[in-house]
Amino acid sequence: MSKCSVGLLALSSLFLSGAAIAQEKIKVGVTATLEGTYTVLGEDGMRGHQTALNVLGKKIGNKELEFIVASTDATPDSAVRAVRKLIEQDKVQILLSPLSGDEGIAVKNFAKTHPELTFINAASGAQETTYVDPAPNFFRYNMDGAQWQVGLGKYAYDEKKYRKIATVGEDYSFIYTQVFGLVLEFCGAGGQVTNRQWVPLGTKDFASVIAALPDDVDAIYLGLGGADAVNFLNQYQQAGGKAHLMGGSIMIDQTILSSKGNAKNALIGTIAASGQADTWEDPGWQKFVKAYQDAFPPNKRFPSPSLLATNYYGSTMALILALREVNGDLSDNQSKFRTALAKIELDAPNGKIKLDSNRQAIGTNFVTEVVDDGKGALFSKVVKVIPNVNQTLGYDAAVFSKIGLPSRSVPECKKY
Amino acid sequence: MSRFIERHPVWALIVIIAIAVALWLVFAVWPPGLEEAIGRKRVFLNAVFNGVTLGGLYFLVASGFTLIFGLMRNVNLAHGSLYLFGGYVGYAISTATGSWLLSFILAFLLTALVGVLLQVIVFRRMEGQDLRQTMVTIGLSIVFADLMLWACGGDFYQIQTPSWLVGPMDLPLITAVKSSGEPVYLRYPVVRLVIFAASVVIGVGMWLALNRTRIGMIIRAGVDDRDMLAATGVRIQLVFVLVFAFGAGLAGIAGVVGGTFQSLSPGEDIRFLLASLVVVIVGGMGSIPGAALGALIIGLAEQLGSVYIPTYAIVVTFLIMVLVLAIRPQGLLARR
Repeated sequence: MSKCSVGLLALSSLFLSGAAIAQEKIKVGVTATLEGTYTVLGEDGMRGHQTALNVLGKKIGNKELEFIVASTDATPDSAVRAVRKLIEQDKVQILLSPLSGDEGIAVKNFAKTHPELTFINAASGAQETTYVDPAPNFFRYNMDGAQWQVGLGKYAYDEKKYRKIATVGEDYSFIYTQVFGLVLEFCGAGGQVTNRQWVPLGTKDFASVIAALPDDVDAIYLGLGGADAVNFLNQYQQAGGKAHLMGGSIMIDQTILSSKGNAKNALIGTIAASGQADTWEDPGWQKFVKAYQDAFPPNKRFPSPSLLATNYYGSTMALILALREVNGDLSDNQSKFRTALAKIELDAPNGKIKLDSNRQAIGTNFVTEVVDDGKGALFSKVVKVIPNVNQTLGYDAAVFSKIGLPSRSVPECKKY
Repeated sequence: MSRFIERHPVWALIVIIAIAVALWLVFAVWPPGLEEAIGRKRVFLNAVFNGVTLGGLYFLVASGFTLIFGLMRNVNLAHGSLYLFGGYVGYAISTATGSWLLSFILAFLLTALVGVLLQVIVFRRMEGQDLRQTMVTIGLSIVFADLMLWACGGDFYQIQTPSWLVGPMDLPLITAVKSSGEPVYLRYPVVRLVIFAASVVIGVGMWLALNRTRIGMIIRAGVDDRDMLAATGVRIQLVFVLVFAFGAGLAGIAGVVGGTFQSLSPGEDIRFLLASLVVVIVGGMGSIPGAALGALIIGLAEQLGSVYIPTYAIVVTFLIMVLVLAIRPQGLLARR
């Protein structure tokens, strides 16, 4: 009797596994910074990803998408390790990765060793990733850090009348790219950037950095994110700091604006630029915000999606729409899928997105100002919307290539 | 002190000159040439003060660590988790009751309780097996980190500074003289000064308790020879539990302090474990004055490094550790 039931069990499990094969799955690996300084960013990125799945569904024709998530900590080696694990152990066919700037450069280089797979950048924004020696199988549907700063320099110079500014930023590629975009435009308008301070990613004690901020500037630009930004603001408040502030794209973001404690209030009135603005009136954006809010209970999300949620939403959307266009056909080293990816024009929540020849997004940018909604919650309010921002920031490609790659001291503060 | 001068006259002279230069740098108005060479005095003074106050925080974490090691030879690698746990408890208490001071008391008590449980359930079962204890505490720290991530999420928490501690105050140290002849005083966050003062009080209190009280005598005897102490009839297991509770409680208090002037988030546990390991290695395993000196050196190195050589600031700490290990592997103030 027992033998019989064991046999039945074995038979039925065989049958079940057969059924599972019949319902073919497309395996997609996702990475997010779920550890370290950028944990909150990674978590909200995953919320954006989930929102996209809620809206679009997981079905591709008669196939089903299966997502496998791996965690990183914003360092390039952690990203490569996670991607390698997804490919070698979980046998994923497509990657949605990574979140942070240095990770992006590393994963792009790694992508070249797997030409048979397709990589869709989840949210990383270093310029080098798609500008220098791009990988043919790496697609980026979000703009880079410099594109996300378009409009800020001019607005600071013309409207706010700032003439001299100093910058403080985390010492890695994404913030280099952000400062690159800012300096190019602000100095081009006639402003001066007197001092650029770089702090290691994961700095906790900013007191000395704050003390070293120059007094004789009109504003201080902060290119920080995650825990670093919160720590900076907390200690800035304790030191009695009063300067005008300007913010980078992950500084003026719900990841910081809805942090606990009151240090964030130093940011009210701060001008910034980013690939999104919390209070944009556009119906597509409002619909996305609603979908995000409906997907999670209020204590498990931010009042409004962060830039990371928006980016993950956009990249997941690109993945699903392109797969549907080819009906899940990944044959011939995924070449049809890639053609579809390259051609797709996304109607993303934060404006229309299309790709250039390097498979880098051309999209819409927003200049914003931080406002208090009266109930203690902070939001970024739209000041200006700039459509069709490309990777060379409107410069002629030859001129742009002479500026050099973003780094601690590039670009020089002058008109190019 | 005088014996040190007799035995090492050259070193004593160097130390005295170094102290004199440091005092001059702090108190004198800097001549313009010096300001041009190494930057404004305000920046320097701030870095020094920040280093000292950060050292205060490191001391709170590391002193518990070193006390536990000194007595029980336990390398408790879950010490960082106790720090983070104390911080989260402090945050919960201070948001629930609005009282900053109460959060210290409860964070101390609850973390001490966790310490007692650790000692009774884990360490007592594997006494004298260093490697096993180390591996188990690494495992526990990973489990604790995930439990806390599950309970509190990846968010950053900041413990609200009470209103009487927010903002800066003027210190009677002149950083510059305006062209009108009016002196400019150093402005410094009050909360950091209070925290530093508190860690000095705790440090001195611990030193007194260890050197002037009966329980301190028992603990010192236990550090020197555990078996002999047990043979004299002291209930050594009780002493172990008390010391472990106190050391863990200190980590809990440090968590509240860290949550007040920095922030709490996943990953902080490892950072403070690493910091206290470096501090204790530099100062000497098991020595309270060693922990104080190590914390001061590491705090100053981090802060001065972040101002004067920002790119390599992270390396400085470890360079110091390497130097100490090369020259005096037992630590600066270790007795053996």
